[in-house]
Amino acid sequence: MSFPILSFIIFIPLAAGLLILALPAERKQAVRVIALTAGLLDLILAVLVYFLYDLSAGGYQFIERVEWVQPLGISYYAGVNGISVPLVLLGALVLTAGVMVSWRIEDRPREFFAYLMFLGTSVQGVFCSLDLFMLFFFFELAVFPKFLMIAIWGYPKTRDYGSMKLTLYLFLGSVVSLVGVLAMYFTAGLHTFDMLALEKAGFSMAFQQSWFLVVFGGFAILGGIFPFHSWAPDGHVAAPTAVSMLLAGVEMKVGAFAALRVAIMLMPEGARFWAPLILALGTVNVVYGALIALIQTDFKYVIGFSSVSHMGLVLIGFATLSREGLLGAGLQMFSHGIMTALFFAVVGMVYDRAHTREIGELGGLFQKMPLAAIGFIIAGLVSMGMPGFSGFVAEFPIFMGVWRVMPVVAIIAILGVIVTAGYILLVVRRVFFGTLPARLESTVGDISALDRWVVGGLAALMVIIGCFPTLSRMVPLVESGVMQILALVGGA
Amino acid sequence: MNIVTYQPSMLLAILPECLLVLLAAMILVADLVFPRDQRSAFGWLTACGFILVALMAVLFSRPGETPEFIFGGMLRHDWASFTFRLIFLLGASVTALFASDEPTDRRFGEFYFLMVIATLGMSLMASSANLIMLFLAIETTSLPLYILAGFRILDQKSVEAGIKYMLYGAMTSAVMLYGFSLLWGFTGTASLYEIARQFQVMDRASLLLGGAVLLVLVGFGFKISAVPFHFWAPDVYEGAPTPVAGFLSTASKAAGFAVLVRVLLAVFPAATPFWAVVVGLLAAGSMLVGNILAMSQRNIKRLLAYSSIAQAGYILVGLAAHSPLGTAGTVYYLASYLVTNLAAFGIVWLVGREVGSDDLDAYAGLGKRNPTVALAMLIALLSLGGIPPLSGFFGKLLVFGAAVQAGVQGESWLIALAFVGVLTSVVGLYYYLNVMKTLYRPGVDEHSLRVSSAWRVALLVCVAGMLFLGTIFTPMFQLAVAATGGWF
Repeated sequence: MSFPILSFIIFIPLAAGLLILALPAERKQAVRVIALTAGLLDLILAVLVYFLYDLSAGGYQFIERVEWVQPLGISYYAGVNGISVPLVLLGALVLTAGVMVSWRIEDRPREFFAYLMFLGTSVQGVFCSLDLFMLFFFFELAVFPKFLMIAIWGYPKTRDYGSMKLTLYLFLGSVVSLVGVLAMYFTAGLHTFDMLALEKAGFSMAFQQSWFLVVFGGFAILGGIFPFHSWAPDGHVAAPTAVSMLLAGVEMKVGAFAALRVAIMLMPEGARFWAPLILALGTVNVVYGALIALIQTDFKYVIGFSSVSHMGLVLIGFATLSREGLLGAGLQMFSHGIMTALFFAVVGMVYDRAHTREIGELGGLFQKMPLAAIGFIIAGLVSMGMPGFSGFVAEFPIFMGVWRVMPVVAIIAILGVIVTAGYILLVVRRVFFGTLPARLESTVGDISALDRWVVGGLAALMVIIGCFPTLSRMVPLVESGVMQILALVGGA
Repeated sequence: MNIVTYQPSMLLAILPECLLVLLAAMILVADLVFPRDQRSAFGWLTACGFILVALMAVLFSRPGETPEFIFGGMLRHDWASFTFRLIFLLGASVTALFASDEPTDRRFGEFYFLMVIATLGMSLMASSANLIMLFLAIETTSLPLYILAGFRILDQKSVEAGIKYMLYGAMTSAVMLYGFSLLWGFTGTASLYEIARQFQVMDRASLLLGGAVLLVLVGFGFKISAVPFHFWAPDVYEGAPTPVAGFLSTASKAAGFAVLVRVLLAVFPAATPFWAVVVGLLAAGSMLVGNILAMSQRNIKRLLAYSSIAQAGYILVGLAAHSPLGTAGTVYYLASYLVTNLAAFGIVWLVGREVGSDDLDAYAGLGKRNPTVALAMLIALLSLGGIPPLSGFFGKLLVFGAAVQAGVQGESWLIALAFVGVLTSVVGLYYYLNVMKTLYRPGVDEHSLRVSSAWRVALLVCVAGMLFLGTIFTPMFQLAVAATGGWF
């Protein structure tokens, strides 16, 4: 058997987390170093997977399989395809960036970094799952690190509310889809949770139409679907910076990915039946999220609602069930993950120095922290879908796909993007330009070296993908994954 | 039905029970011999005794391929009784260790003597195949537990708990006994498996059957604290000595389930559609009432009492599905629930003794005082909430899975029951998370709590059990399937 690279990607953070918990609480520096090492190792392996994935062969690769509960057909079954390879990379990138921006946490860093690592294991486990049980196992594993990290290290004023709301919404989503998944398992009658086998189970039309919404809806709550999106801004704002980055950057993709992998790919007829509804809800996400973001006075809430808006584009892409739409959605998951992680990182850097997130009390920060400002502006350009940035590569195909299905929706959604431009430009102008309030003159300094790496690295990545979509393997990768979906869904 | 005539080898089948009697006698003697200040030695003695009995049971009392009726059909020697006996013994030994520093104003030997007798009764409950034997076993379990609940005679709450528990228990026992007498009167036999046969040849059975089912369910519903027979639980758990409350909520509940499943499957196979609905209603009621009332509790023992009512509801879902998977899920859930809830009660006992309060606020700052204990509490709460990688997750998956399985095969009301289950488990997670949050809130006191070695071992066993049952499912699942085979 070859080197089990995916298992290493999944379990390195877990091992690091356990190791960290075993250390005495005083050894803060050792804790940080272990966490960063684990993040970097994970990143190196994820990059290897990204470049070693054989594009010409396609399909699932790096497969590992071990029986887990044989009587029930449960196995540890890991493998990645063109859709999940970029997401694994995203998970590793944001995890590492999260460790770097949390470097100076002084309140119980041991527990903080351990829980952060557990969250990393959870997301990578979901992205690599080819077994439904395993997917669920890792999906639910995230519940307690998310909750505790927000409840303990979050923004004191809202952390009680935000952490509880987020956790209960997401748990609700996951248990509802659990019932649907169990129904699929028993109806298929194959005595296996193997998703590749379930793809061929041939569920009846009536079954797919009645259960699709249960499974898709449950997972899509984590993807931030309207009208179950309100956990996202509240939770993201209450969370500490690294957790906001992971939640908005990766966890929301976990929801979207699971909705795609389990609901759409295993019940394609159900997907076709309910596509108009998803399309409509996704459009509401885009426009409504953007409009709400426009009127926020809290810097972090703007980004929180922008996530809702952008995840709407992913949902629209799914709902087209076409090559372009799915390609765009796959790219958008990666692009938005990087972009929003960068947004939240910069928001955190600003808050740490200015101790306020009220847009009205900020201004002129470009002079004080130029690199952070540039990073934020790049992320802003990505979110507006400017050509030359990864957002364009992602959003353009989505609009192409949806134009074919329903031009009206395309027009409405594009209007949403215009609103996006509005709130991004407003925030950039008010926070980074204009006059620096006197109060901030002395307190605000430039960002640390580690933070520079985070901002520079994430921003560079978005430009590289934006300028070289094919050369960077991103588009061919996602395309090969889309082909697999289309093979199941049918259509061009 | 093959009633085996008496052979000396039958004694091996009840070897664990014989050893328990011996252990009880030893404890009484030791109580006279030991000096009064060496109380924690009793905890070790009893726990080691239980473990030894369990070992003997595994080595010498394995049931054969086909279940055997022994001692004139009084007992059924099968995998169900074997599995449950191990579960009780594990619960009893952990409880014995937790209780080893329990402050008491009486001689300590009595406490452990009563515990051993209660365990003996549970063990017989799980293997009874005869109405009379069953009733005797239930009373052998209950009487010591009534005394244990009121063991701190100088504490009014404890006495109140004991009396309340006894009154409720006596009342429901009487109703159950009435049900038994109906069964005996109409069929002329007290053997559980014979009754079922008699019912099959009778033609006017349905109404009678339904009545008997309901009466019998009253007695068992009390034991497992299912709604609407749950009213005793919060008061008794609050007043009883904490280790006893833990024991009541786990081992005693498991014993209740052991007989409930056996009686429903063995005696009333003809009425399955009827009792499945009744059990489903009990399940839905327990899940709803338990979870909703738990939300507003400020006393942790009352909170855990309502949570244990809710958990009984989840376990009943597995039974309502009336399939091998469902009953296997019931067994798995009970084993998982045993280690989980015992851990929680163990920590409640520690905090109660050291801080002197069972209020939720007493838990504030535990994360700073004893990070390891707080982590163990966190693990126990997550397992109760059904979060992987802990045992509660797989237990819930099995029982809800069984309900969905029966649902997609035609009985669609069970899908609704599964939805009630998952939605109420969201409510459940809410109050578990609230406790978790309290653990990490800043507290007034920063001193760490004193922990005895017996307590530490017991907690370690529980945590290891939760992690083991939550990641390596196969051994326990296969045991549960084997136990289920003994029922059907």
